[in-house]
Amino acid sequence: MKHHTSHFALLLALAVSLGVSLCSSQLDDYYLDIMLNVGINVILAVSLNLVNGHTGQFSLGHAAFMAVGAYGSSMVTLEMGASMMRVLGGAGPVAESVTFLVALLVGGVSAAVCGWIVGMPSLRLRGDYLAIVTLGFNEIIRVVLQNTNGDGPFGGALGLKGIPAYTSFFWVFATAAIAIYTIGALVNSTYGRGFLAVRDDEIAGESMGINTTRYKVLAFVIGSFFAGLAGGLYAHLRTTISPEGFNFLKSVDVVVMVILGGMGSTVGVIVAAVVLTVLNEFLRDFEQYRMIVFSLLLIVMMIVRPQGLLPAGLFQRRKRA
Amino acid sequence: MQGQRYEPFAHHFPLSQFLQQLLNGLFLGSIYALIALGYTMVYGVLRFINFAHGDVFMLGAFTGLYLHKLLGPMMAMMPWPVAMLVILLLAMIICAAAGILIEFLAYRPLRDKPRLNVLITAIGVSLLLEYTAQLVFGATQQPFPVIIPKGNIGGLGGLTVTITQVIVLVTAVVLMIALRFIVMKTKLGMAMRALSLNPTASALMGVNNSVVISFTFGLGSALAAAGGILYASLYPSIEPFMGVLPGLKAFVAAVLGGIGNIPGAALGGLIIGVTETLVAGYSDTLGIPSGYRDGVAFVILILILLFKPSGLLGKAEREKV
Amino acid sequence: MSATLQLEDVTIQFGGLRAVGDLSFGIQPGELVGLIGPNGAGKTTVFNLITGVYTPTAGQIFFNGIKIPGHQPHQITKLGIARTFQNIRLFPSLSVFDNVRTSMVMHQQHGITHALVRGPAYRDEEKLIEAEILDLLNIFDLRGMAHVPCKSLSYGDQRRLEIIRALATKPKLLLLDEPAAGMNPTEKEGLMHLIQFIRDKFDIAILLVEHDMKVVMGICQRIIVIEYGVKIAEGTPADIRTNPRVIAAYLGTDGGGEHA
Repeated sequence: MKHHTSHFALLLALAVSLGVSLCSSQLDDYYLDIMLNVGINVILAVSLNLVNGHTGQFSLGHAAFMAVGAYGSSMVTLEMGASMMRVLGGAGPVAESVTFLVALLVGGVSAAVCGWIVGMPSLRLRGDYLAIVTLGFNEIIRVVLQNTNGDGPFGGALGLKGIPAYTSFFWVFATAAIAIYTIGALVNSTYGRGFLAVRDDEIAGESMGINTTRYKVLAFVIGSFFAGLAGGLYAHLRTTISPEGFNFLKSVDVVVMVILGGMGSTVGVIVAAVVLTVLNEFLRDFEQYRMIVFSLLLIVMMIVRPQGLLPAGLFQRRKRA
Repeated sequence: MQGQRYEPFAHHFPLSQFLQQLLNGLFLGSIYALIALGYTMVYGVLRFINFAHGDVFMLGAFTGLYLHKLLGPMMAMMPWPVAMLVILLLAMIICAAAGILIEFLAYRPLRDKPRLNVLITAIGVSLLLEYTAQLVFGATQQPFPVIIPKGNIGGLGGLTVTITQVIVLVTAVVLMIALRFIVMKTKLGMAMRALSLNPTASALMGVNNSVVISFTFGLGSALAAAGGILYASLYPSIEPFMGVLPGLKAFVAAVLGGIGNIPGAALGGLIIGVTETLVAGYSDTLGIPSGYRDGVAFVILILILLFKPSGLLGKAEREKV
Repeated sequence: MSATLQLEDVTIQFGGLRAVGDLSFGIQPGELVGLIGPNGAGKTTVFNLITGVYTPTAGQIFFNGIKIPGHQPHQITKLGIARTFQNIRLFPSLSVFDNVRTSMVMHQQHGITHALVRGPAYRDEEKLIEAEILDLLNIFDLRGMAHVPCKSLSYGDQRRLEIIRALATKPKLLLLDEPAAGMNPTEKEGLMHLIQFIRDKFDIAILLVEHDMKVVMGICQRIIVIEYGVKIAEGTPADIRTNPRVIAAYLGTDGGGEHA
């Protein structure tokens, strides 16, 4: 019964995002833009939550996977978009959608592959090493992109321009719904106990027959995949991307959402992503204080309420005993 | 056999140029080593990565700058070695106090909390220092005063070595010897070693762990401050985020040498400094952008974690089951 | 009859310390064996060797004829060895039910794709797993507590839950690491019945590390005594009780001059 509910919720979310998308021309551009930002940040926060929250690892490089997705998908639409459209029978909503879907998937899969490459060596080690390695990976990606040839496919320090504006309300919120469903279904299944066991006690987990390394890598790969999708959506929303947009501070933004919402609490993390994105938008004039407030929040939260503002237990359904 | 023999490398790798790069790397590496010592000592006693350590380095440079402004007239009357020493020592004392304060306010309340919470707090402290510095000192680059006279040391063949470089190396070596003395010969140093071996046992033996931890933070921060001033003497332009990259590289140096191992940190610092300088110096020959120098440390980090996670001089730790 | 577990001259060296030396013993199917020794004798190290946490420096360990060293801990659990820990290691943020559910993961037929698609076959299996866990909890009178956080159980119940969790992996050999530690005499009495009950009901071999002599002597068919990682005696409780070397090891006296 519970399982049908989740299927239904997913379908409903997809239908609603399609519906809103179709009449999005009625919406004010400014508010639509904020909503799309909110959606992208929800995808980032929910996917990072699988790694940092449910699985108890600590990645500080989510923006790097976002960058891989953004660059990967943009290269598909920029370099191959035209020929793909031709094959699909000329420009039109269908050809455009198929092209974008392929681009997003290429971005997501590239990010997932990077997640696998980074995760394999570092996930054998303790959490604080992973934090540094992912931070380092974030830096490497940025340095490499910045030092590419300005005329080449990556555009050097200036990045890429003229990316087609394919991202719509539907794409963002459909992806967000799929991310939430996927991670929720995974974590709430018997299979998903493995993630939680890794977080709680790796040695006990191994003793219960759980391949902890595989779960850690899996969480990391899935998290990176959705970060890659978010990157693709971001690129085709902004239409220009540059390496600086995916620096360490972008990763910190997502970490703050996860910690504020409550590590391992899907609802909390979504709420935090929404609230912080909207706040950021309205506090633009106070940009210089923003990070001071964020950093103080991190410190105070860890001392006063490390479980987050809306911790996981709060929303757990009371099961019949 | 005589005549024009084709020597493919002679043109690209003259020995004198190689020695010059090696020397440059040594000077830079000695600063990384100073910072790395702080990471490794704190890790030794508390088993956590003090993310904010690189920012104490930045604080050291700014303290040096403002001390020089404040003591300007007095400075002018002193011979430059005395002026340098005064600024160095005062900055070390001030930053040691800052380090002790940071530990007391942010980390001490989390002494028995999961390591992840402390790590997150440390990231918060790091960002707080950076953005507060940006607010207070301004975001732009500021010139660091010339305390050490400009000029080269003669009689070294084709090699160029400035007085500043020599002072940097000598100061770093003296500080490392002083640290070795403190750790090996003094009572507090012995307590530090006891604490890093077994906190419970050291407490039972009458060591006041809190005092030792404060002392360790003070010592590490003083070295970072010295590193900051030396770095600013070599590259006389400072800004609030100057500590991020050197801090991360120094952390990699600590891991490379074996985290928790003091001689290892020094060795790691030198290796990172030299490798990085060589990569930058030979980027044309290698056919890579010189900007890749900032990625070198992270590649080393991933390699060391893959092949020898305990570091060059470190011992593997096993978790008690 | 082939042995369930067979250790052959197992040695492990930590740096200069020889924690276990040339240890050999076997456990037959369905047998209840005690492993005792003074503090620091290497009992838990033996568990860690059997469960793959450590790899022996020399010697061989067979489980139903399969060589254990070289396997990772989770692979060894899949082969059929389950354990509990000296200092209880439940999953603190999970409920009683979910703690046991963790052990079901490795028996699941349906993997990640099924968990995502949530089709009928997957749902049926989740229902089966749920029923199985509740049955197991029922046997040990913890069914009523199924959905409370495991941390809110009493100390004795946490110990029992750890045993249930280990049983849920459906082992052929169960290793219990000081299950009576911290229990009062009544709880210990209950534990003795519980261990015998498990052996009979689930038809498995049990290796028990325990400090409490009353517990060990009361239920074990055979007892192995180690000191400084070396076996000093092996036999029935009656043999062990009168063995001079064992008495010497425990009392620290020169029991009959055998302890040179």
